[in-house]
Amino acid sequence: MEKFVYIALFAPLVSSLFAALFGMSPKKTFVGVIASLLLATSFVASAILAAYVVQTGHGIHVTMMDWISAGDLAIPFGFVVDHVSVTMMVVVTLVSTVVHIYSIGYMDHDKSFNRFFSYLSAFVFSMLVLVMSDNFAGLFIGWEGVGVCSWLLIGFWYHKKDESPEVNPSISPSWAANEAFIVNRIADLAMLVGIFVLYWNTGSLQYDVVFAALPYLDESVLTLAAIALFIGAMGKSAQFPLHTWLTDAMEGPTPVSALIHAATMVTAGVFLVIRANPLYSMPEVSEVSFFIAALGTFVAFFAASMALVNRDLKRIIAYSTLSQLGYMFAAAGLGAYWIALFHLAAHAFFKALLFLGAGNVMHAMHDELDIFKMGGLKKVMRGTYLYMGIASIALAGIPPLAGFFSKDAIIETAFNEGTLFLWAMLVVTAGMTAFYSFRQVFLTFDGDERYKEFDIHPHEMYKFVLVAMSPLALLAIIAGFFQGAFQEFVTSSPLMPDYVMSEHTHHLAIYLGILVLIFAVGGIVLAWKKYGNGLKRDEKCENSFIYQLLKNQYYIPQFYAEFISKPYYLLSHIMWKSVDMKIIDASVDAIAYLFFKGGDQTRKMQTGNLSNYLNWMAVGLVLMLLVAAVTALIA
Amino acid sequence: MIGLSHYLILSGLLFAIGFVGVIRRRNLLMLFFATEIMLNSANIAFAAASYYYHDLTGQMFAFFIIAVAASEVAVGLGLLIVLYKKFGTLDLDDLASMKG
Amino acid sequence: MYEQIAFYLFSVLTIGLFLVTVLSKNILYAMTSLAAGMVLISGFFFMLGADFLGVVQLIVYVGAVMALYAFAMMFFDATRDIKEKTTNDALVFFLGGMVALMLVIIFAAPVFSENIQAMYPVVEGVGNAQAVGLVLFTKYLVPFEVAAVMLLVAMIAGIILAGKKMDHSLTTNDDKVISQEDTK
Repeated sequence: MEKFVYIALFAPLVSSLFAALFGMSPKKTFVGVIASLLLATSFVASAILAAYVVQTGHGIHVTMMDWISAGDLAIPFGFVVDHVSVTMMVVVTLVSTVVHIYSIGYMDHDKSFNRFFSYLSAFVFSMLVLVMSDNFAGLFIGWEGVGVCSWLLIGFWYHKKDESPEVNPSISPSWAANEAFIVNRIADLAMLVGIFVLYWNTGSLQYDVVFAALPYLDESVLTLAAIALFIGAMGKSAQFPLHTWLTDAMEGPTPVSALIHAATMVTAGVFLVIRANPLYSMPEVSEVSFFIAALGTFVAFFAASMALVNRDLKRIIAYSTLSQLGYMFAAAGLGAYWIALFHLAAHAFFKALLFLGAGNVMHAMHDELDIFKMGGLKKVMRGTYLYMGIASIALAGIPPLAGFFSKDAIIETAFNEGTLFLWAMLVVTAGMTAFYSFRQVFLTFDGDERYKEFDIHPHEMYKFVLVAMSPLALLAIIAGFFQGAFQEFVTSSPLMPDYVMSEHTHHLAIYLGILVLIFAVGGIVLAWKKYGNGLKRDEKCENSFIYQLLKNQYYIPQFYAEFISKPYYLLSHIMWKSVDMKIIDASVDAIAYLFFKGGDQTRKMQTGNLSNYLNWMAVGLVLMLLVAAVTALIA
Repeated sequence: MIGLSHYLILSGLLFAIGFVGVIRRRNLLMLFFATEIMLNSANIAFAAASYYYHDLTGQMFAFFIIAVAASEVAVGLGLLIVLYKKFGTLDLDDLASMKG
Repeated sequence: MYEQIAFYLFSVLTIGLFLVTVLSKNILYAMTSLAAGMVLISGFFFMLGADFLGVVQLIVYVGAVMALYAFAMMFFDATRDIKEKTTNDALVFFLGGMVALMLVIIFAAPVFSENIQAMYPVVEGVGNAQAVGLVLFTKYLVPFEVAAVMLLVAMIAGIILAGKKMDHSLTTNDDKVISQEDTK
């Protein structure tokens, strides 16, 4: 079985290196085909591993080689394939494979076709390292690796100019890439602190050793580690207040948004919390866990509210991703780790599908993303309409699609824990989710054909792309039915605590589900009433304070720009002018000047007369003898 | 009684004389003579140490120093002759061709 | 008693002769006094029981080296007094004195602290030449051979340096003229 571990892990790396060979050459379709095949290989290997873990009930632990061994510190390159990581592996490799195939079609006209596949496969490799590592150091390497790949891919069209918001509502990809990278850097610092704290107090970074040592640690240490690791997770999963980068990251190519900013990388934070569940389950850190749940609930509501009014197709989906990540954190924070993982997997399928559908629309509309300029596309894009419809129904949580089961379980958990306020917010958010999902679908595919005004001739995506998307659509429909089996499978792991609803909740479950459903259907009906028959703009509503607030993302980007970026820029300017130029540069220049002048002055010594040299040598000899004698006397 | 220190002081004095010669004279040939004096002063010190410690190592070193001195004279005089042919003088003040 | 007389006598003479060497304006005087000083130094070697070294000193220094100097002198104008600027005498003598003092202190220090042990003690019952031979051809064989090669190299170098263009007039100082004559 070990070889499947290595195949699953290294096939994407091989794919990346292979594509990198052609990085600078013009488009070669076979690069994309081979990359997709290698990713499919990785998926098959992951599936075999998953079957093995299901059958035997225990994971595989391999140590490839020693990585760092210095003194007491020993960090191997070890990989563990257990119930949690194999779930992630299957999800990641499946979505990646679909996205790779999709990209062959989507990036068809891009001149950097080969480079794109190199980055994309490198991302998958990093993500697999992240989920498969058996220690925090390896996790961190993967964590940084996906960060770098994300930076590369968001900034893939780095040559696009940075235009002012009036000319182009979107921002430049390189700016977005830097924003994502820098925001993540802030969070990663905290994560690194958390890892150091754990290492300092347990003497190891291996998961099993660290988790075994947890009961013997102080409360303050546990709290610090839990908070620091969660801040790291907040950065990667774009939780408030580090959420701004995710929507800006939509500047990257759409397959990237589907793979990285919906299905895999942004869920790494959730994965970290699930992976470190022994830490977050400690009674000493229950406040931190509750904070996670509360923050997740808040983000779910907060992001959904911004999605209500946005006009950018991809940004709406990005907000919904944020919102769903909030759901996952709510579940994880409340201790329902397997539910969080289940929602993670289900969400990966339908959200990737949604993004890829959005990509099709974008492709058809020649990179136009404003849904107010679309409408009536269902006539020309029947396949995409179907897929996006399925994904939106799943997202809205209509049974029997995947989203209903996973999201309902989370809402039920919130009820079960007695946190009724969180529960209420999550229920309302479910209604909002349904509304914005269908607002987007109706505005894009139904109603009057507004695109005709802009002289755009949409066309359907290639057939093979639509076929490649079908596994995701299938899973978005049926994944929910495996809830019970999934629970049984994942919670059989010793590292994964089970979570079952109390009797009381169990009795009420059906009513709770119906309540959520009423909200969801209500949202859809509202969306249909407002947008089903074409766009009717309501000036009064659009000028209202709340609408403007939501449209401007609660003015948070402006706030950051005004109160963080600008002061920082000013400070940097001052540091440059006064510290760098006047102190550091000046001192370096002074040293150089000293030597220059000294050399200029002492050049006179160089008379060319051997006798003078001998005199100088004699002086030197005397001095050295003096030093020798003095040191000998002192010693 | 003559002890090792007598010889060391003598050796030091002779070395100082040679040293003064090296830094005071401007004629290359005189510099060579002074160098010989310094080498010989070292030889005396070695021989004396050898005698007072009943150890032949000192004599061995003196022996090798003599060998080195002989080689130095052979090569050095050859160079001096070439220099004299080229410049017509051995005075260091006139040979200052490496002025920086 | 004789030892003391001999030591002081030789010391005074050696120092005096070497001072003449260093301070004399005439090269011939300098060389003659240097040769005499060398002879006296061999006297020290005999006093110190280093018979073989003393003999080598006489042969190599007084015999070979001095003869070499004497022959080399023929190339130079030796009869004329040397005219040279002298550097600051006070500085020169101060530096010389300091060096002498330092060296004596540094080398005498281990002597007085009695930190020295014989590595190759003198073999009892044999003459100095024999003892030297024993050590030289066992412990110091490789340096000895290296020294032999070095002397050979020096000899060849001396011959080539001094012997080249021997047939040219010494008054011809111009390289171009010499090389032109070479090519003829």
